[in-house]
Amino acid sequence: MGHYITRRLLQAVPMLFLVSVILFTLVNIAPGGPMAGLTRSRPKPGRIEMLKHQFGLDKPLPMQYVIWLIGNDWMKVDADGDGVAESRGERRGILRGDFGFSYRTRRPVLDEIMGRLPNTIYLMSITLIVVILIAIPIGVISAVKQYSVFDIIVTTLSFMGQAIPEFWLGMILLIVFYAWLDNPFTGKPLLPPGGMQTLDAGFSIGDRIKHLILPVTMGAVGWVAWYSRFLRSSMLDVIHQHYITTARAKGLAERAVLYRHALRNAAIPLVTMFALDFPYVVAGSVFVERIFSWPGMGRFFYQSAEKRDYPVLMAILIIVAAITFAANLMADIVYAFLDPRVRYD
Amino acid sequence: MDAGKHKPLKGLDNARATAWEARAYQGITSMVWRRFRRHPGAMVGTIILGILVLSVILAGLSPYDPEKSDILNKLQPPSWGHPFGTDPLGRDLLTRVLYGGRISLRVGLMAMAITLVIGIPVGILAGYFGGWVDNVLMRITDTTLSLPVLFVLILLGAILRETELPIAENNNVLTIAVVIGLLSWMTTARLVRAAFLTIREMDFIVAARGIGASNLRIMVRHILPNAVGPIIVEATLEIGNAIMQEAGLSYLGFGIRPPTPSWGNLLSNAQAHLTKHPWLAIFPGLMIFLTIIPVNYIGDGLRDAFDPFKVLEQIGE
Repeated sequence: MGHYITRRLLQAVPMLFLVSVILFTLVNIAPGGPMAGLTRSRPKPGRIEMLKHQFGLDKPLPMQYVIWLIGNDWMKVDADGDGVAESRGERRGILRGDFGFSYRTRRPVLDEIMGRLPNTIYLMSITLIVVILIAIPIGVISAVKQYSVFDIIVTTLSFMGQAIPEFWLGMILLIVFYAWLDNPFTGKPLLPPGGMQTLDAGFSIGDRIKHLILPVTMGAVGWVAWYSRFLRSSMLDVIHQHYITTARAKGLAERAVLYRHALRNAAIPLVTMFALDFPYVVAGSVFVERIFSWPGMGRFFYQSAEKRDYPVLMAILIIVAAITFAANLMADIVYAFLDPRVRYD
Repeated sequence: MDAGKHKPLKGLDNARATAWEARAYQGITSMVWRRFRRHPGAMVGTIILGILVLSVILAGLSPYDPEKSDILNKLQPPSWGHPFGTDPLGRDLLTRVLYGGRISLRVGLMAMAITLVIGIPVGILAGYFGGWVDNVLMRITDTTLSLPVLFVLILLGAILRETELPIAENNNVLTIAVVIGLLSWMTTARLVRAAFLTIREMDFIVAARGIGASNLRIMVRHILPNAVGPIIVEATLEIGNAIMQEAGLSYLGFGIRPPTPSWGNLLSNAQAHLTKHPWLAIFPGLMIFLTIIPVNYIGDGLRDAFDPFKVLEQIGE
């Protein structure tokens, strides 16, 4: 197992490099190049060249990539525009944690990301918890009572849940709970249309919850549909196995049979799915965050894409890619850990 | 049913009939079609989808122009003259939705085609040759799988938005389909590879090799026809997936852009009017929903139709 992990990690490194090269190339072949994000209106002729020089964008691409990767504080850089390279560079490069500066706000990219990441993790983990709390019982009961009324309703609803466009669902939720329904006490809309909390109202759990309800619902529906279907089919596979019949024959209470034996085994593929969905917890949902004005990573990526803020885009993409690799590896390891029949060597 | 000769036991009706017909009739197409017909969701889905496709094709019959504005009539709620209401520029929403449907369907089909064009050869090569070919191709597949799909779509959309090359001319359906297809071929490749890995070891392939069939011939003429089941299911589901992604991309502003209507950008325009003019948002999204559900049901029906173990399951093994 140790060999396997080492092998996977060693394989992940060149793959991550490959991904970074691909992304870097994509970002730089855009017409207007990275410059497109730096200048808003039509700039004076000399200005573009000056900015290019200042940001080191007039160097050959491979050189730019190397600088992006390991920084330029080991070489001389022309910082005052006089054509002579005499001062030390300031970039330390991705590999040392320096993700550069945002074109839009001139602040370090890492700071910008750290400002948004907690909000996304807050929203997505709550969504995930809700999803698990709903999908597991539904999946189990649906499998145990296969073809019953409950099962048929649930299966149909899951089908629909997977076919609903997320962004449309968000709008429908807004229409119903913000535009149509009113709070019977205050006469104002029932649920807020966005944001994490009511501004300048201090910290209140009730307020936070009110702001969470709609975004979480929007994100959870598709997920619940998918997980419950998956768990249902996984449970069905397990329930028909002989060891379940044996457990029942032994006189074990039905609930113990279901939860201690069947679910434990049926949940294994689900845990894998869950580990593979983990990068989503970090990257956030662009749709949810856009509709509900949630200041998180998804919306940040979208805004940066609109403004062509390439350092930010590169940083987010490479971070999410790295987390995806890690999550895939975790998924495989956890799977091997939970299912002793699986061996990777 | 064709198998009237048997007096089936309650509950085993389908299984008996299927087993009988599987023996009595040859040809996988007829068997699959028969089993597909028995799937109520799939049949209803086909009908609904047929109606949708028909109305979208007939969109040209509408007396309204989808792009010409008519400010006098702006923001009308649904009425007999405008069944879906009108948009902020006075254009009939039903017409726009139907025209948008054309784009969505075209993107869906094209993206599916591209997924197959990339995924099937990759899967064949990886599954048939194995070894380092398999290794390299799978690493590429895994690398592409590790990219966050929506983010990369947005990035590609943003880049293409700026390009002035003819391939990326405004609202080029093919470009968007290619972009979506480039990020969706991986599952197909894996499926094809798995099928090829299995079938490659079978006796009839050994026999074919023994009489001197070339690799290409074996791949295309012998293995591929037997692997076609999961591919068809995946392709069907991929259409739905592509439609959803095009809508999402257009909604974010990185896909089809106004004034050309697309279900996604219709929803985007509707966002500012949710409180007072909700029909702008309700109908386009409803169309997406009503298109993808039948596609999924059809995919499910096809999956059941192709599944060789379904008969056993119904007998209650």
